[in-house]
Amino acid sequence: MKTDSAFLELEDSPRVAVWFDGAELELPEGANLAAALLAAGVGVFRHTPVSSEPRGPFCMMGACFDCLVEIDGIVRQACMTEVVEGLRVSRPHGTGGEHEAE
Amino acid sequence: MKRSDLVIIGAGPAGMAAATTAAEHGLSVTLLDEQSRPGGQIYRDVDRAVEKRGGILGPDFGHGRTLTRALRESAVEHVTGAVVWSIEDGFRISYTKGGRAAQVAADRILLATGALERPMPVPGWTLPGVMTAGAAQILLKQSGVIARRAVLVGSGPLLYLIAAQMVRAGTPPLALVETQSRADLRRAARHAGGALRGWPYLAKGLKLMAEIARARVPRFTGATDIAIEGAGRAETVSFRSGGKSRRLVCDTVLLHHGVVPNTQAARSIGVAHRWNATQAAFSPVVDRWGITGVEGVYIAGDGAGIGGAEVAEVAGRLASLQIAAEAGRLSEAERDRLAAPLFRKKARDMAIRPFLDAAFPPATEALLPEDKTIICRCEEVTAGDIRRYAQMGSLGPNQTKAFGRPGMGPCQGRYCGLTVTAILSEANGQTPDETGYFRIRPPLKPVTLGELAAMETPQQDAAE
Ligand code: FES
Repeated sequence: MKTDSAFLELEDSPRVAVWFDGAELELPEGANLAAALLAAGVGVFRHTPVSSEPRGPFCMMGACFDCLVEIDGIVRQACMTEVVEGLRVSRPHGTGGEHEAE
Repeated sequence: MKRSDLVIIGAGPAGMAAATTAAEHGLSVTLLDEQSRPGGQIYRDVDRAVEKRGGILGPDFGHGRTLTRALRESAVEHVTGAVVWSIEDGFRISYTKGGRAAQVAADRILLATGALERPMPVPGWTLPGVMTAGAAQILLKQSGVIARRAVLVGSGPLLYLIAAQMVRAGTPPLALVETQSRADLRRAARHAGGALRGWPYLAKGLKLMAEIARARVPRFTGATDIAIEGAGRAETVSFRSGGKSRRLVCDTVLLHHGVVPNTQAARSIGVAHRWNATQAAFSPVVDRWGITGVEGVYIAGDGAGIGGAEVAEVAGRLASLQIAAEAGRLSEAERDRLAAPLFRKKARDMAIRPFLDAAFPPATEALLPEDKTIICRCEEVTAGDIRRYAQMGSLGPNQTKAFGRPGMGPCQGRYCGLTVTAILSEANGQTPDETGYFRIRPPLKPVTLGELAAMETPQQDAAE
């Protein structure tokens, strides 16, 4: 997984298991979720509601909403979320304009 | 509801400095910030980042620790992970934290919400793998994550900083594609006096450029016709430079052509804004203390006009001196005595700005993109759509919403607002001030029903 990533992690730190769209990933505990997913080789976080175009993190500061993912039925910004053990993350379905997933 | 003399929004240099200064003068201060640790974006996660990779990030970044330390040692109540979504008269500030909504009341509010990257809509800028240069910096500071094969595109000192940091980390960028031209540099030479006064700043910039040159990172200047392409993600950047068409293969494209004030919160409470032609952005109307036209509302730092981290720190202190004086904690004479050296430092630090603004102007083609280019990332509205809305009679950004949904997605126009104003201004032959900007209404950030349901109820408030 790591070798496919467009990003390099400068340090290694203790990892926990996180699920992304059904695949198990080992991500650094307490890390920024968007950064950790990018480093694990995840490039596409969601598809836009308008034309299903792929999107990934753009601003990393909570302003652009392009890093939206779904966690426990709630659509959240991955760049504003911390990695915790057992997190179940998926690509949001059909939302983008709304915050709450149906 | 908890009440503070002063609520500050944003824990970057302006917010941290303002909070500690106000607390020193006896005000009760609540500092609300979205991140889990203080620093803002410029000093993001500074306490941990300096330990791990201070060598890569450099000494200017490390300076942020003096601010976080002072904040820790102060009586300021710093609420982390607090996303502010509404500011009401009086003042009542609503925010969410950890899945619950909460409120705090304040006599006065200081907005220290900093800057956003200037939107850089070029063809392909919505592809995964395209990020702002600021995002790359945040990845490096907070997470130690760095793009392996990146091309940096745009103009401005931040490009050199991130490039030098990547070199130090052993992962130099593949190339710098710079939009500024020699003519810009010649124009900037007129501001050489200011540049000399800001010599330490300039010297740092030259050192960064030397580091980049030593690593043999190719630099292309005067770049035009920039386009990013790829199947489902960024794979190439093409552009014209020096009379030749070029195409670079890469995984990551980092865009930057300056930063602009983040005006969302200020606009939501009716602070007046004016077009600043030198900075090609709207700035709130504030006086030298950060006082706005809305009673009890102050703005400090890049959110009041771009000056950079050091200016922001000083501006935060100045605003708090004024607030302390108004609250009767400080005589005006005392305020002026404490403020004098700060005003001098601010003038010194601002001296370089006219030179920088002239040497690294925003990329024209990204200010007025070609018709096909998406300008509103959320709702996928193109520049051509906005021009069509203008033809149909839209004079201002809010009228475009009758035709399409620009600025109505979750980012609320943060990354399209200036572009919409620019396109409408050009199409209608108006100034940006005449054209205006999106009306910003709460919620400033999305809030869920679950978060609202978890809010402390008004009855509890009454019982307090
Ligand atoms: S990357 Fe922009 S909001 Fe997360």
